[in-house]
Amino acid sequence: MIELTINGTKHELSEGKSLLQSIESVGLSVPKLCYHKALLPYGACRLCLVEIHQEGRNPSIQASCSFPSINGLSVFTDSDRVKKARKIVAELLVARCPDSENIRRIAFDLGVGEPRIKKKNDDCVYCGLCVRMCEERMGRDVISFSGRGPNKKVEPPFGKHNEMCWSCGACNFICPTNKVVTNLTSTNPLIPIPNPFNLGLDSKPAIHILYPQAVPNTPAIDREKCIHLNYDECKICETVCEAKAIDYLQQEEKIELNVGAVVLSPGFELFDPKIKPELGYGDYPNVITSIEFERILSASGPFSGHVLRPSDRQTPQKIAFIQCVGSRDAERDYCSSVCCMYATKEALIAKEHIGSHLECDIFFMDVRAHGKGFDEYYQRAISSGVKYIRCRIPSIKEIPYTKNLLIQYLTEDDKKVSAEYDLVVLSVGMEPPKSVKEIAKTFGIELNEFNFCKTSVFNPVESSREGIYVAGPFTEPKDIPETVMHASGAASRVLSLLSDLRGSLIAEKEYPPETDVVGKKPRIGVFVCHCGTNIAGVVNVPDVVEYSKKLPDVVFADNNLYTCSNDTQEIIKEKIKEYNLNRVVVASCTPRTHEPLFRNTIREAGLNPYLFEMANIRDQCSWVHMFEPEKATEKSKDLIRSAVAKARLLEPLQKSYVSVTKAALIIGGGLAGMTSAVELANQGFEVHLVEKEKELGGNLRHIQYLLNGEKPQDELKKIIQRVNSINKINVYTQAEIKSLEGSVGHFKTIITTNGTQKEFEHGVVIVASGAKEYKPTEYLYGQDTSVMTHVELEQRLISGNEWLKEKKKQPARTFVLIQCVGSRDKERPYCSRICCSESIKNALKIKEISPNANVYILYRDIRTYGFRESYYTKARQKGVAFIRYDEDIKPIVSRNGHGLQVEVFDQTLRVAIEIPTDFVVLSAGVTPDEGNKTVAQFLKVPLTSDGFFLEAHMKLRPIDFATEGVFLCGLAHSAKAIDESIIQAQAAASRAATILSKDFIELEATISQVIEENCDGCAFCVEPCPFKAITLIEFMRNGVVKKMVEVNESACKGCGGCQATCPKKGIIVKGFKLDQLYAQVNAILGA
Amino acid sequence: MSKDFEPKIIAFCCNWCSYAGADLAGVSRLQYPTNVRIIRVMCSNMVHPNLVIDALTKGIDGVIMCGCHIGDCHYIEGNKSAQKRADAISLMLEDFGLEPERFRLEWISASESPKFAQTMKEVVDTVKKLGPSPYC
Repeated sequence: MIELTINGTKHELSEGKSLLQSIESVGLSVPKLCYHKALLPYGACRLCLVEIHQEGRNPSIQASCSFPSINGLSVFTDSDRVKKARKIVAELLVARCPDSENIRRIAFDLGVGEPRIKKKNDDCVYCGLCVRMCEERMGRDVISFSGRGPNKKVEPPFGKHNEMCWSCGACNFICPTNKVVTNLTSTNPLIPIPNPFNLGLDSKPAIHILYPQAVPNTPAIDREKCIHLNYDECKICETVCEAKAIDYLQQEEKIELNVGAVVLSPGFELFDPKIKPELGYGDYPNVITSIEFERILSASGPFSGHVLRPSDRQTPQKIAFIQCVGSRDAERDYCSSVCCMYATKEALIAKEHIGSHLECDIFFMDVRAHGKGFDEYYQRAISSGVKYIRCRIPSIKEIPYTKNLLIQYLTEDDKKVSAEYDLVVLSVGMEPPKSVKEIAKTFGIELNEFNFCKTSVFNPVESSREGIYVAGPFTEPKDIPETVMHASGAASRVLSLLSDLRGSLIAEKEYPPETDVVGKKPRIGVFVCHCGTNIAGVVNVPDVVEYSKKLPDVVFADNNLYTCSNDTQEIIKEKIKEYNLNRVVVASCTPRTHEPLFRNTIREAGLNPYLFEMANIRDQCSWVHMFEPEKATEKSKDLIRSAVAKARLLEPLQKSYVSVTKAALIIGGGLAGMTSAVELANQGFEVHLVEKEKELGGNLRHIQYLLNGEKPQDELKKIIQRVNSINKINVYTQAEIKSLEGSVGHFKTIITTNGTQKEFEHGVVIVASGAKEYKPTEYLYGQDTSVMTHVELEQRLISGNEWLKEKKKQPARTFVLIQCVGSRDKERPYCSRICCSESIKNALKIKEISPNANVYILYRDIRTYGFRESYYTKARQKGVAFIRYDEDIKPIVSRNGHGLQVEVFDQTLRVAIEIPTDFVVLSAGVTPDEGNKTVAQFLKVPLTSDGFFLEAHMKLRPIDFATEGVFLCGLAHSAKAIDESIIQAQAAASRAATILSKDFIELEATISQVIEENCDGCAFCVEPCPFKAITLIEFMRNGVVKKMVEVNESACKGCGGCQATCPKKGIIVKGFKLDQLYAQVNAILGA
Repeated sequence: MSKDFEPKIIAFCCNWCSYAGADLAGVSRLQYPTNVRIIRVMCSNMVHPNLVIDALTKGIDGVIMCGCHIGDCHYIEGNKSAQKRADAISLMLEDFGLEPERFRLEWISASESPKFAQTMKEVVDTVKKLGPSPYC
């Protein structure tokens, strides 16, 4: 150790460092230009000058980067002499390179504006960074200084391009004046490393964090591009990383795991549109894929959220979206299910970004808006001016000079149109992963005809091998909510399989008893983090520490190099004991990532974890005010003052627990309800299955055959048998819910079943109350026996089909199937999702029985999503005629002397057609059950405007309600197919098991609390509570009626809406009390 | 009005979106003026109108309340309530003789770091133009 006196303060410092390093290690900053941590000091720029006092010598001015730290030195970093010397240097630098922003900024910070001497307008300050970089780190030595005095310049040997240069660009990167040094050394252009997260639209370094919100948020080295790993040079990242976290020797590890089940969710890959050269992708820069456009729209994307086209970075004014690129073609006879909606979304977001004047044309075949709420979204896009053009375009041509794109197409009324677009977005479809065959081989599972994983309708999460489950688009293209459901469904199957082993690998952690701090004066410890140089490079940490020591109730403050490191956790624990601290403030980074760590640390030292507060001086000071160190330091002090002010008022908080009744109530005994029941029972939980009808089975009872040949009635029998044979399932038929009270963990329900009353307790509720077929009032339904719904047709087709078979005296019959009956209209604006596939199923059945039968399907859009598409193709091949009608000109069904007649205006041919027919079949949609309203009221859960149940989040939480402990599945959620109902039902079981598997539920500690003496029962807070957790109560106290509110602790999430509504401080949020927030505001005011 | 007027501004940021957006601005090294002091709240819905008015009448020059975009609220629709409250706050400002521009509500998601930096810049510029709070 050596002793240095810096600006009058003595410091004990380690040996062997330069003076600059020593000064920086105590948190002081020195201006510098030619210094770089990864390069040898050069002493060229003279900005890092300091004044040195050495015994027996005159004071001198020296460049601190190249002067050693000698024991006993006294150094001044900001004496007048130093400042003056630096100013002269800075002025000379500005005069040489007046156009360099970097140099201007350095000079400005030193108080230099315009130079007094003649400007040289050079682009080089002779700092030698590029020369040293090339020599020391890249080992190339391609560039050096030549000439002397005024003739000195940076150049390669003989001033010629040099083949030693590998165009790595390190010289350009390090140059403070942004000179393109590689122009001197090589004719080869730099080859940027494409950033895969932005689909190569921008570049990345050879070591980087995959994307801003990556988990783990740690950089990784790109092995292929790393200069060190490939050429044994560079190693800059190792030198720069203060945490010493770089390990070049790290190798791929093989890890053996013993598992009882496997879930495969390898996802999908995007179709590569280069396979279709007519679209010009890859050749024309302004033809991009939808996922590239998604990145362009993103705030964290390549253009920071500005919508620009690749060729010239200009804002496009007219965009075309081409649908079904790599879907619904001869090679890929399936629909990717998501492209119609994402194109619609991208068009709307682009219009939001660029302005409503942006023209967006979507070229499509059928708009497949079959998801929940999608049709409304599609209508919104139309009313916002997004144009949908029904045409599969043959090709895209580029206009050479403008790089605009030309699309020629036929309009619906047969007009040829040539349209020019600034940008074309290809809505690329989903494909199975390229490694799918390898995956199949490794795991011994079967694939289907499209190379997705093979599953069946009634076992949608099972692969062909027992114990291997599948989730996501690996089985079929699907949207986010379906993927989330599928994953939860797979989890449920695993939970059933391994229910005996649940929790067997969990080890509980033990903590010391908590110190009692109530009523004691706060004793606060403040730990200020350097975060290497991340904070200390800008913020004057020693100054901040000294400041913190003076704040009220602060008894200890110190700085740490990395406060999050293991050894600092030990230091924090020691200091808590040593100074008897009862509150801890850490000034470092964001509580969003580090609060749990520090809370755990203070808990290990016997403090309640809520006696902790953070000041985020990295993300809010040093990183965002990099060029204003003084102001950043002042702001850091303000933030710490605010944190300390809050810490003084912190109270120990305890999480409360509610015990869990390990039983589930399932409302609805259809396919979904029964599936959930079996799953939960298999996982070891008791189930109360409540069905309002006489028998179990719901809508599945009416489905006789499926598109793929599976037999639903056999499956239904099996599942009913299973439900009846499991002891843990209590089935109540002809049941009605009379009351339902309680909240997550402990509900109590009273029902009547077959005339008797039953009462039971349960911890969760699954709503599987189903939906029903729409009963048409149109198209002569109910007036003419030859007009029926598709479910009725199905019954007739299965119960003896002699009436349909072609015989001598019985010619082939004619059927007209009308789609969208009771769907996609004013009254029911949603799509019923299943009717297109159902009609095609029935059409194929008719054709099977009577090949010459005439089958017409009158449709608006055929929505055979996923693999259902191939049956649409098959139906066309079998001669089923598809006629498209428009909502405004609906078909007319009439009966005259000759029989039934359907008139329809064919939108494709643009002519009115009359079809004499034997039967009219109506594709009646799915309508919600009227009983939903009652269930919703019992459970305090919302319904959509269509009358289906509304989940917590349309995309990410499709099975949960916002109310904890209540889950949703099946048709009660929205119209869906059999496999989708099963998946959602299994998913609901696995979500329910997350609660039922616990003995107690831990509740948030930072939730609302009523302050009895302040609350007068005005009830202003009751209505705004998003969780309906507040109720008004009245009781007698001392002979008078007292009114006040009560918080249901298991429902409250601590959002604080009540606190902000209360005029009397009668309700607060623990940990974010109004007084604590006031203390922060006052502290910021400086009071 | 002094040319070097450096306003003090408080930003109430919700934990789930805007505070995360501010964090990302840090990670992305987006530079914005140093005048803003962030107070973390769990939801924009938590900010009591008195807190805003008291801050502005005690010497804070501007207040911005940031939450998740409508539909993204961690607490279902806390931000909608915050919106209503913000309208009420704007009305109250007039009674206190404060310019409406001193208070602002903005939705900033966790990924919108450029928007966060830009908004803070705008708020500081606006308040600089207005000058110090009349209560200073």
